[in-house]
Amino acid sequence: MGRYVIRRLLQMIPVFFGATLLIFLMVNVMGDPIAGLCGDRQCDPATAAQLRKEFGLDKPVWQQYLTYMGNVFTGDFGTAFNGQPVTELMAEAFPVTIRLTLVAIFFEIVIGITLGVLTGLKRGRPVDTSVLLLTLVVISVPTFVTGLILQLVLGVEWGVIKPAVSPEAPLNELIIPGLVLASVSLAYVTRLTRTSIAENARSDYVRTAKAKGLPRRRVISRHLLRNSLIPVVTFIGTDIGALMGGAIVTERIFNIHGVGYQLYQGILRQNTQTVVGFVTVLVIVFLVANLLVDLLYAVLDPRIRYA
Amino acid sequence: MRGATHAKWAVCAVAIALAATACGGGSDSGGGGADGIVSSSWGDPQNPLEPANTNEVQGGKVLDMLFRGLKKYDPKTGAAQDMLAEKIVTTDSTNFTITVKDGWTFSNGEKVTAKSFVDAWNYGALLKNNQKNAYFFGYIEGYAQVHPETGEPTAPALSGLKVVNDTTFTVKLNQKFSTFPDTLGYAAYSPLPTAFFNDHAAWLSKPIGNGPYTVDSYAKGSKLSMRKWDGYMGSDKAQNGGIDLNVYTDNNTAYTDLTAGNLDLVDDVPASQLKNVQADLGDRYINTPAGIIQTLAFPFYDKAWNTPNGAKVRTGLSMAINRQQITDTIFQKTRTPAKDWTSPVLGTDGGFDDTLCGSACEYNAAEAKKLITEGGGIPGGQVKISYNADTGSHKEWVDAVCNSINNVLGNDQACVGNPIGTFADFRNQIGQHKMPGPFRAGWQMDYPLIQNFLQPLYYTNASSNDGQWTNADFDKLVDQANAETDTAKAVETFKQAEEVVRDQMAAIPLWYQNGSAGYSERVSNVSLNPFSVPVYNEIKVN
Repeated sequence: MGRYVIRRLLQMIPVFFGATLLIFLMVNVMGDPIAGLCGDRQCDPATAAQLRKEFGLDKPVWQQYLTYMGNVFTGDFGTAFNGQPVTELMAEAFPVTIRLTLVAIFFEIVIGITLGVLTGLKRGRPVDTSVLLLTLVVISVPTFVTGLILQLVLGVEWGVIKPAVSPEAPLNELIIPGLVLASVSLAYVTRLTRTSIAENARSDYVRTAKAKGLPRRRVISRHLLRNSLIPVVTFIGTDIGALMGGAIVTERIFNIHGVGYQLYQGILRQNTQTVVGFVTVLVIVFLVANLLVDLLYAVLDPRIRYA
Repeated sequence: MRGATHAKWAVCAVAIALAATACGGGSDSGGGGADGIVSSSWGDPQNPLEPANTNEVQGGKVLDMLFRGLKKYDPKTGAAQDMLAEKIVTTDSTNFTITVKDGWTFSNGEKVTAKSFVDAWNYGALLKNNQKNAYFFGYIEGYAQVHPETGEPTAPALSGLKVVNDTTFTVKLNQKFSTFPDTLGYAAYSPLPTAFFNDHAAWLSKPIGNGPYTVDSYAKGSKLSMRKWDGYMGSDKAQNGGIDLNVYTDNNTAYTDLTAGNLDLVDDVPASQLKNVQADLGDRYINTPAGIIQTLAFPFYDKAWNTPNGAKVRTGLSMAINRQQITDTIFQKTRTPAKDWTSPVLGTDGGFDDTLCGSACEYNAAEAKKLITEGGGIPGGQVKISYNADTGSHKEWVDAVCNSINNVLGNDQACVGNPIGTFADFRNQIGQHKMPGPFRAGWQMDYPLIQNFLQPLYYTNASSNDGQWTNADFDKLVDQANAETDTAKAVETFKQAEEVVRDQMAAIPLWYQNGSAGYSERVSNVSLNPFSVPVYNEIKVN
């Protein structure tokens, strides 16, 4: 197991370098970021040259990349154009987005799996059909529509929530945004769990467990659910990275100053340091989440062994 | 059951993580709540908040609350009035003696002296400090030494600035510039306390100024709280307890927050909400002219667009645009069809003239078609209007302008839009002179002078002459106007220069932009100044 983890960690290194290099090149292809810094007028050439020097933009791209990576390993992610260190931006944005993601994952697990088990056990019944129909609707409606409608109805019409989340983004204000962010994945989790449960419900070991006279709850939770969860865990695990990076829409609608917002600003202002820094961290999150998913397999199914 | 214990651990870890992150939040900071505090929407300023480094409206509105300079523009008329200036004297429009009022202090108790201004201006001009508004000091003698176009500065300070005593300093310009005193209301000319130079980082995290407000707390990127400063010397004291500026990720969310009663003031009503704004806010919606004009600029560096008969084609294109229809339908009357190259906020005394463009800015399909044909037709057979697609919903109006031109010419390929992904890239391509045709140009005035609408945009090699238009007659008239000591005569000469712009159609004026704002029932006495920034210090909390 230890060896497996080390090997997986080592595999991350080339992925990490490849991903950052790609992002670095892509942002650089967009052109000279200094041009947009002076608003609707041209920066005067001397100041532009000076700024370019300060941000290291006057050097060739490969040299910029090497310097950047060198700095990253000393914990220096560079400076955003507004003079703030990128690490400071991260310290503000990541806790907020992590909180939002956890809320979303929580809903995915609780609502998604519950509905999945419910429908999986009652295949073909009215409950099953109506939940399936509902998930279809959720999947087909874009997030920004759900978000805006909930914001208008709950925030403006009924006044249950505040339409905009305050800068501190406490957990209670993140419930609705988290639900919106989770909605599509939640529907997928429901469907995945349903199929998996429905399949395994007919398997031999479930029949054996029933025949042994185990209580129904124990059969479902210990035997049926645990074996059915592997595809669901895989999905949720990969979804962590997707939710953190893909929260741009939700964060914009609900005024959440998280990773999505910073990335959006960074791209608009063509701020290489912000974009590359945030994406680098997201790549790490993605890799670690995947590793955790793989390790969780052994917990769910002891037959899976890591050499 | 080894597996079961593992699973328990996993559940516990999730629970702990959820609980731990919950600790970070917890605060009651909403919109309206605290006594006398106005909450307002804000956009994250692009640059650090320094007077000479702030060139966009979001940072500018903060400086407007924290600083007072020698002059201040009247929030209603836009006229430059003395603020810290006791008097500004000149005999030759080149040498100015400026006397600063005695008794003013910064909010940390330091006195505002002549040196506070001279040090601040020298800091702003020096190349090493990377100040984006450095060119504002370009009229002062010695600028070329502290801010050379290439290479290192050869002098540490502007030779044209001299401190005479605590309250007096002199300014020597490198050219005649009669309206120079009227430019001194711009934020870049604000005085700075010694704390700014001694501990720059600390100052940036909590700016200290001499205006009606002081910074209470500043969380970069999310919230800036300002409170009324009781020691303020000026006559325009704050009439509320303070202003909280909340950064919004999207102006639609800010508007929604306003309608839900969590926010007091939105100074940028999103275009998509203009249809509902009357129903939502009634007379709490403000839509007043601002010193902003939108134009179509041309790439004169491209030979195809710089032909002897080109003026006819450009005038023809101008006449092919149905401005009235576009401003009515697309902008819901938050724009006014342009009739000259300045702005109504200047007033007729300041040089605004709604007859100057005349028929060249009126929709006239037959005449437009005739002029374009006479001028040799559209270069390359197609007009490509470039714009940045990321902000400001430019696509809608560019498509409408093209539609109008296509209808006039009876050819649906005569004009097409050319979207460019980001503003940075748009500016980048303009800077590299790569525009394939006309491109969107917007001008927000720095100070309400006709000079500011003409010289930076059309003077040969001027800072914002993006199309590289050049005309000897125009340059000569601008020089003459700047040398003129009598303001009325100077304005008259500038208008003659503007007529050259018209005859050559150096840029097609499209429309004047209004400032739009909406406010809650909690506040009153809300208005916008000519820069389309709310007059924060006059807002009253009911």
